[in-house]
Amino acid sequence: MNYELSHLKTLESESIHIIREVAAEFERPVLLFSGGKDSIVMLRLAEKAFWPAKIPFPVMHIDTGHNFEEVYEYRDRRVAELGIKLVVASVQDSIDSGKQVEQKGPRASRNQLQTMTLLDALEEHGFDAAFGGARRDEEKARSKERVYSFRDEFGQWDPKNQRPELWSLYNGRHLRGEHIRIFPLSNWTELDIWQYIAEDGIEVPNIYYAHEREVFERDGMLLAVTEFVTVMEGEKPETRTVRFRTVGDASCTGAVESDARTVQEVIDEVSATRVTERGATRADDRASEAAMEDRKRQGYF
Amino acid sequence: MSELLRFATAGSVDDGKSTLIGRLLFDSKSIFEDQMASVADASERMGLEGPNLALLTDGLRAEREQGITIDVAYRYFATPKRKFIIADTPGHVQYTRNMVTGASTADLAIVLIDARKGVLEQSRRHAFIASLLRIPHLVIAVNKMDLVDYSEDRFNEIVEEFGSFAAKLDISDLTFIPLSALNGDNVVGRSEHMTWFEGSSLLHHLETVHIASDRNLIDARFPVQCVLRPHTDEFHDYRGYAGRVASGVFRAGDEVMVLPSGFTTKIKRIETFDGAVDGAFAPMSVTLLLEDEIDISRGDMICRPQNQPTSAQDIDAMVCWLADETVLSAGSKLSIKHTTRTARAIVKDVKYRLDINSLHRDEAAETLQLNEMGRVSIRTTLPLFFDEYRRSRETGSFILIDEATNATVGAGMILGET
Repeated sequence: MNYELSHLKTLESESIHIIREVAAEFERPVLLFSGGKDSIVMLRLAEKAFWPAKIPFPVMHIDTGHNFEEVYEYRDRRVAELGIKLVVASVQDSIDSGKQVEQKGPRASRNQLQTMTLLDALEEHGFDAAFGGARRDEEKARSKERVYSFRDEFGQWDPKNQRPELWSLYNGRHLRGEHIRIFPLSNWTELDIWQYIAEDGIEVPNIYYAHEREVFERDGMLLAVTEFVTVMEGEKPETRTVRFRTVGDASCTGAVESDARTVQEVIDEVSATRVTERGATRADDRASEAAMEDRKRQGYF
Repeated sequence: MSELLRFATAGSVDDGKSTLIGRLLFDSKSIFEDQMASVADASERMGLEGPNLALLTDGLRAEREQGITIDVAYRYFATPKRKFIIADTPGHVQYTRNMVTGASTADLAIVLIDARKGVLEQSRRHAFIASLLRIPHLVIAVNKMDLVDYSEDRFNEIVEEFGSFAAKLDISDLTFIPLSALNGDNVVGRSEHMTWFEGSSLLHHLETVHIASDRNLIDARFPVQCVLRPHTDEFHDYRGYAGRVASGVFRAGDEVMVLPSGFTTKIKRIETFDGAVDGAFAPMSVTLLLEDEIDISRGDMICRPQNQPTSAQDIDAMVCWLADETVLSAGSKLSIKHTTRTARAIVKDVKYRLDINSLHRDEAAETLQLNEMGRVSIRTTLPLFFDEYRRSRETGSFILIDEATNATVGAGMILGET
């Protein structure tokens, strides 16, 4: 027998260990599922962690209502396959009930509004642990976050007061009303995710692969023309060959020009790219140097 | 197949640690254009002349404003040979707490020394912590060689000075590399300025250092995380024990013993989602199916009848105290987490406090405060199934949790039964 484990298998094993720890120690965990590639991989890891038993917790989608159709379709099919419960917490509902106010103007986005919907849903369902697909290589505030990230009763993250996290011993203790965000993919990079998708033959929504789409340029990003964004004067929609590197709210998720139509082509592209995933595609992170940190402090993913 | 290497870096901004990490990331093409642009932008706003690579690692607002590093930052890069995870730990304020957090899972540690300043108290402290945490490989990066005219004599002085200190520590693999992070000498490629140096560049060392033998493949230990019972028609009587192999190797057909019950049985199958495997070794996550129905639950330990961990409630350990609001002293009651087992613990005695600069043992000490460490005797409400930390990091380590605040307040490395 050969006692070597590849880096992907090592990462997989670490993630499965984390997911099992949470299932064993928390009363009501939930897995946050966006339909993006990271949460797709996370869901697969949860499936592996408990097979042949079912995943012992529900998945929850914080739905801005501004998602791509392919993502909804993928979500519903996958949840049905796994036979697990799906909770949808809708930003639209938060707006309709008067709890939130829609941003105005052509740059309006529901990305910010997700935080309150998420926190309300965690409270309403009494979830004490929420799995998120965030990775430390994504962004500099995330690079300092623990695998078990403690949130107080307001859902806030305090970067200066994080619990030391040693070996593979995780401290999930909390009081009622507090919760822990769990990041099983902390040590994965964008490239690891794609290599794993290839190695494991995981299906992802086809908007991750190159396709023709009507897009326009804004702030150096390519936004898709959808009913959720207002094209401003001077912005010229045109059809280009693009793919999405991240999948989120359509109003702030940019596409990149790409000819990568297969997993292997995407891996080659990601290996050669010189711009980070969020830098290329996320308007929400461009707001300021510390945009992600500020949102995380408020309780964002 | 590419392997994973985790390493920790210790040192202060002045040692050029951020520059070194920046250089490794930059030269391995792991810094992206938008990150560089944002660093250049921030440097300009701060009135600096050139881009300050430290800003790549100092991500939080307070860190940028105060020019300090608060917490461990994780960085990732890969070469065709290996994938690397860097735990970048700050060298000052709360150094110990941060370094133990970052270094507890590291295969290798890099301690930076400024060639002009030589071996400082801080360098000794970092090396000591690395040895205490039993990081298998230690690299002393003698940086800023360009500022001492790439002098071989100066390098040899530092090697000698550090070597005599390191002789007192338990370090199995020690490597010295002279380099200039700023100019890139001996970081990725061999330096033209130091042809007298016969060793390899830092990156080459990171890519080739032999880590496969660092794992314990002898003592078979499987802490049970949870029991899988599908209750479906297809898997009606299925009962699988899910966990991650902590050390050693398990094979189908092996005779095994379950603690604390002491019952023995055989492994029927070792399963994963991707199919059954013949054998499982650390750190594989698998599910064990056993021949006999035995009552097993989370916190139990599966091992071999001829090779069992120590089972005890009175334990001596080196404890590092991580809390700033409380101290550890005889009588302290805490929650203890060891493998998948959680119990309560009471501190019976602080045997000595270790001065991590002089390695002096202060036997008169009665408490451990933030960032202090010492030998402590504890008694637990349940027996723990452990090995000495020096034999197994996974089954030799524990954390202590304050039951009032729920904070992680102590890190323990087991020395043995009291």
